[in-house]
Amino acid sequence: MSIQGSLGTFLGVEMAKPKVGFFELSSCEGCQLQLLNNEATLLEFLSLLEVVYFREGMTEKSNDYDIAFVEGSITRDDEIERLKEIRHNAKIVVALGSCACFGGVNQLKNRFHDLEWVKKEVYGDYPISTRKAAPIADFIDIDLEIYGCPVKKEEVERIVSRLVLGKAVTHPQYPVCMECKANENICLFELGEPCLGPVTRAGCDSWCPSNRLGCWGCRGPAPAANFKQLKEIVKRYNIPVERLLDRLECFGGFQNIVTDMRGSGGKGENET
Amino acid sequence: MIFKVFPAEELAALYELLAVNPIVGPVLKGRDKKDNALYDFALTSGFADLALDYGQTMHSAKKFFLPHREDLCTFTLSDHDWDKHVDYGAYQHTVLFGLHPCDINALNKLDKVLMESVYPNPFYGAKRSNMFIVGHSCSPTPSCFCRSMASDSVIRGFDLFLTRLDDSYFAEVNSAKAYHLLEKIKSYHATDRDHKLFRHAVSEKNKKITAQVDTSDLTKILDMEFHADVWQEWGDKCLSCGTCANVCPTCYCYGVEEEVDLDLRHARKEKLLYSCNLVDFAEVAGGHNFRPESHTRLKYRYYHKHRGFVEAYEESLCVGCGRCGNACLADITVPEVIASVRGGDNNGK
Repeated sequence: MSIQGSLGTFLGVEMAKPKVGFFELSSCEGCQLQLLNNEATLLEFLSLLEVVYFREGMTEKSNDYDIAFVEGSITRDDEIERLKEIRHNAKIVVALGSCACFGGVNQLKNRFHDLEWVKKEVYGDYPISTRKAAPIADFIDIDLEIYGCPVKKEEVERIVSRLVLGKAVTHPQYPVCMECKANENICLFELGEPCLGPVTRAGCDSWCPSNRLGCWGCRGPAPAANFKQLKEIVKRYNIPVERLLDRLECFGGFQNIVTDMRGSGGKGENET
Repeated sequence: MIFKVFPAEELAALYELLAVNPIVGPVLKGRDKKDNALYDFALTSGFADLALDYGQTMHSAKKFFLPHREDLCTFTLSDHDWDKHVDYGAYQHTVLFGLHPCDINALNKLDKVLMESVYPNPFYGAKRSNMFIVGHSCSPTPSCFCRSMASDSVIRGFDLFLTRLDDSYFAEVNSAKAYHLLEKIKSYHATDRDHKLFRHAVSEKNKKITAQVDTSDLTKILDMEFHADVWQEWGDKCLSCGTCANVCPTCYCYGVEEEVDLDLRHARKEKLLYSCNLVDFAEVAGGHNFRPESHTRLKYRYYHKHRGFVEAYEESLCVGCGRCGNACLADITVPEVIASVRGGDNNGK
């Protein structure tokens, strides 16, 4: 990537200061809010970047950016056009948060076969154009995913500093259990609550389990996730499989798994 | 060994004498949904915090000598130069109060690898050298198989080891510090009667140990059964989540990461405890993974504990504390895995 602006030198090496834009499609904008949240490091974070587009944080707008962070999923046709334009303008496109990566909470509506009914229920006599919610990678090539609902600011900081330094960006390959055990939490299963920690990609520092909320899988599947065993575990702890499927469906990262599970003995979508 | 005895009510006085230092001990962490007590090691703020009748803690006391994350060094960067800072993280003596024999044996095993090897680990050594250890007798749980691993009793690696008798404590005194400490409370040299009470208490404890692992010829049997089908079966269950290694008192494998702070003026090299069951544990530069399959990773954890370490040190790296089996959501326990590998030549539970 060749980037114009300069950040000064790092150990004598000239550093690029990338121009970045933050964009939202269908989302709650909570991920962008996270970026403004960590006041202790906010100024240092912003000094690494030249922010040229950030509707939630500034008035000025420019389409001259190197890196685009895109939050949200695609739920309308006009968003596809906007996304393609962002892809055209940016050298690097980053899917920011679960909606952009997997469809997020928005994709829950995809469970309804009749979207017209959903529209009527939500918008009444003021219908809007809408389509099945989808991750942005369904429409454009993306360069990087940052998982989470919302994203973890510390992780974004680590990734951004690596982008600036030209270091490889990596994600943990292990599941949330690894971080949860390091935090010495009581296992949520022992407290009678289902938890997707064993199958969900870590990196959140077991944010929810550390606060005694079982993991809902917002970061999507860990590479070696063992879903067959998770189903056995849920049964052994007398937790209805439907509660497991609810969690797996919530953020969209486990769509294929849910389809498989429902196909092989999981309850159908109209049963409770 | 010097054996002394003191009245049970003097234990609080002993705690207070030690309390000029931070005291880490077993504390009640919470209760599960069946109302069973759950314990862990934590910094205590008073004698009342100590739950010395704990069965087993969920996690080992590892974070006090092998933290999950630890800076190996930090850097201050200037335009064309840098300063390196190394901090072993041992500023004060720490008292570990109430360790069971399994956990003290675990420290002794770690000492062999991390202090007595060709390349000692100064981070571990600094903390270990500044530790005062008060061991405490245990009441074995159904998952304890320490006796099979010769870790049910301990002869070194502690300052003081206390065994609860009826209304007194039998103290094994293993350091000058501990000897002088006991002089400050009401104590006396153990009598023949105390020796008998001690041996009775130990035999009562041993009766409670029900879980077993047959370790006879185990290194050879593991060699013979390298391709056994049972590994695949356990591998199919394994979640590759690293929980077993995290709760284990002797797992010491780690990875190293380097991070530059956001201000680009500071950086650190950080050590993270890792687990051989994690999918990328054996992934090397270029992307090749020597153990992409779950069962190969699970197998090597057993080979390290029960074969490689035994061949190198003539003892197992496993102390039989049972934590990995307790914590494993897939119910993979050492006695069952070893029994299955042995092909049913015992019925270890």
